Amino acid sequence: MSTDAKTIQGKPVAMQPMSIKRRQGWGQLLPFLVLLILAILLPLLGQTYWTVIATRAAIYWVLASGLNLIVGYAGQLAIGYVALLTIGAYTTSVLVAGNVSEPWEPYSALIAAGALGGVAGLVVGLPALRLRTFYFAMTTLGFATIVTQIALAWEDVTGGGMGVPGPMLPAPFDSNDGLYYFCLGIAVIATILTANIAHSRFGRGLIVIRDAEVAAEAYGISKARLLAVIFVFAGALAGVAGGLFSALQTYITPEAFTFELSVLFFISILIGGRSSILGPLLGTVILTVLPEVAAPLAAWSNFLYALLLLIIVLAIPGGIASLLDFSSRSPLPKHRRIQPELNAVHQILADVPSDGDIVLKDLHLSFGGVKAINGLNLQIKGGQVHGLIGPNGSGKTTTLNVISGYYQPQEGSVTESGASLPLGQPVGRAVRGFARTFQTPRIVGDVSVLKNVMAGGYTCAQSSFAEALLRVGRYRADERALHQIAAWALQAVGLSQLAHVRADRLQHSELRFLELARALMLRPKYLLLDEPAAGLTGDEIKRLGEIIKEISRCGTAVLLVEHHADLIFDICDHVTVLNLGSVLASGTPQEIRTHKEVVSAYLGA
Amino acid sequence: MLASIISSGLAVGAVYALIGITYNIMFSTSRVMSFTAGQLGMLGGVFGSMFMLRMGLSAPIALVLTLALCALVGVVTEFVAVRPVLKSLDQHLYVLSTLALALMIQQVTAIEWGTEPQPFPRLLELGSGPLNERFWLPIVACVAVVLALEYLYRRTLIGLAFQAVAENNFAARSIGLPERRLRVISYALAGAIGGIAGFAGGQLLLAFFANGPLLNFYGFVPVALGGLGNNRGALIGGLALGLFQQAANFTVGGIFASVAVFVLFIVVLIAVPQGIFGTNTARRV
Repeated sequence: MSTDAKTIQGKPVAMQPMSIKRRQGWGQLLPFLVLLILAILLPLLGQTYWTVIATRAAIYWVLASGLNLIVGYAGQLAIGYVALLTIGAYTTSVLVAGNVSEPWEPYSALIAAGALGGVAGLVVGLPALRLRTFYFAMTTLGFATIVTQIALAWEDVTGGGMGVPGPMLPAPFDSNDGLYYFCLGIAVIATILTANIAHSRFGRGLIVIRDAEVAAEAYGISKARLLAVIFVFAGALAGVAGGLFSALQTYITPEAFTFELSVLFFISILIGGRSSILGPLLGTVILTVLPEVAAPLAAWSNFLYALLLLIIVLAIPGGIASLLDFSSRSPLPKHRRIQPELNAVHQILADVPSDGDIVLKDLHLSFGGVKAINGLNLQIKGGQVHGLIGPNGSGKTTTLNVISGYYQPQEGSVTESGASLPLGQPVGRAVRGFARTFQTPRIVGDVSVLKNVMAGGYTCAQSSFAEALLRVGRYRADERALHQIAAWALQAVGLSQLAHVRADRLQHSELRFLELARALMLRPKYLLLDEPAAGLTGDEIKRLGEIIKEISRCGTAVLLVEHHADLIFDICDHVTVLNLGSVLASGTPQEIRTHKEVVSAYLGA
Repeated sequence: MLASIISSGLAVGAVYALIGITYNIMFSTSRVMSFTAGQLGMLGGVFGSMFMLRMGLSAPIALVLTLALCALVGVVTEFVAVRPVLKSLDQHLYVLSTLALALMIQQVTAIEWGTEPQPFPRLLELGSGPLNERFWLPIVACVAVVLALEYLYRRTLIGLAFQAVAENNFAARSIGLPERRLRVISYALAGAIGGIAGFAGGQLLLAFFANGPLLNFYGFVPVALGGLGNNRGALIGGLALGLFQQAANFTVGGIFASVAVFVLFIVVLIAVPQGIFGTNTARRV
């Protein structure tokens, strides 16, 4: 995706052994294997009825596994996904029945359904790039309504209310058991593919988009591009699921695709829990089987789904996945201290160029009538810590946001090593070697510290979506390298022992160090820190100062926006004092400390 | 044909506008868009038909009972699906909780009332053709609601309090306004207005359990296009939507009308995400 990205491969191999183990072992696979073995053995019961139910569950999961990436990972509330099932089912049935052309082979019709599903998935998904939550939910709902109406009205192709016969797969998949194994096989493939994506940088990118969209931009994760690919992929899975669904039904009518079915998919994922594959898989199986085991409740099954959704939302927002996550219940060590290892900083930043140079010239930026920046000039150089201080509202954070591309100044220019930086485009900053932290830490709460950090290296990896999907090519090398840098970054900030802990269990001060570790993933040429010491104890501030100092010694240009005067004067090579959006004073810490106006306006005697 | 387009277009448009206003009133005091808005419209029709045709009550009594029950549903929405998730508004859990409640309402209706559309009686036995009461009743109801709301918001203390909470609920609380009670009252009011939409539009839409999602969508379109919380935008947007939909319906046929509405909705929304009459831009960093 990012050919101009800095490469992380081919770096000298670690001098230190990896100190953080990867946790993708048999333990995580076990539940899936157990489910698979049970599923394979099921037809031996000889109960056709249950085989058909299981076939349906497998088909639903093919759709839900893709939808899981959209809802559970990317956090986009697509509630009308039955539309894609409808499209896939009609495509397959109509092509095989020969209503529009010569009759097709069932397999090629199934592939066509996947292709059309991918296109439709993109169409349904695109509004999500501009619209938020409820709006997007509504557009998918509207889309679902329309697809059903078209199926009903386009009689010469779809057969209208009468419907079309479902296709029959050729032997050996023409029996109940045969069809079941066919669907099961595709469900297994769908599980593997979606899990591959979920565990790749793309999966990490999705959850950052979900929980910390602003941070995603800073780390070069382009929401539009990533979501578009995911929508196509999930749409293709849904289209295939539709094709399988039509093979299971003898006859396809619009009535088969109720909105309730859409809700079933959606609720399965939420009951399962976010950022999880196993949870939504169990959710899908449970919701498919539930009305069958409780026959008297069958009429009320949709009501029960809705009730379940309400209970989950109000009582267990983490879903089944959080109930299964036993490791998060063991207590964390109390009185733990952050112990940075500064030599790890060197390992990460060994090759960082120290000729960084940013020049801000005559910047003007106002919000409505408020002039936040008023004729600002500033230069930031590699290998230096540049402190930016000033009273509240003096434009410090605004300046940082202009450099990192969030704000667009009305006048003035920002140049990096002589070339002008595009203004107001945060997503392009990461590949140029800019990393930043935020005033309030923007992290993903429900995944591990390690994953949060690795997400920062999104633009450093080179493998494409297809490579990640199949775990081939550059994918493995990328993941190894990202993992290695993340392990170093955690050592550098002293969070190694918490690598596998869910990030929302950390203390506030630890989150600040976590953000710093994530910033290191980019091997930044420029590091922009927005009040990193806020909320830290004196001891922690001292450690933070040591790390920042060390980072700048490696050649990185650090811009430090801070209120703690002690930290500023301790570690900065250059200090600029802002007042009312322009420079009040600029010089070495010594000069600033004795600057008359600064002392009277800001520091106090 | 033009007369039919205008009369039926304005009629369904008035129903959409009323549902839009239902959304707005809930939104104004809670910042929540609720999926129950469309279900309230559906319930207005179902309750009306139930009281008049099944139980043989007279129209005025049926209207009062319907509105009372719909107001109650509004209050239940506030208690069950809105209040518990207000703490974490930024997580948008309300989308899920109100969706869950809306589905529960729909399913109970499907089971207890039936899944077939059932007739809604003529109320006044007035007019025929394009002037049939089923066309002008929703319009009259819509105008009456809009005027009543204008009066409420401009001339009464409680209306001013609503506006204060809508403007800034922290500030409203700090000057001693009972924010929670106001929110409950606004949900009751929204419920009643949704009920009016269903009752007045009952002869058009019939008493049908599946009207909810349809009204949810078509009632949301004017809100989204007119800007959240903007009742005038909802009114203009609703009527325009109704006319556009019926014009497409009569000229190119039903499905294309739906497709046209959907495409128009998406295109306008993507072009102007905050709505044509709305303004909101928040700083993110």
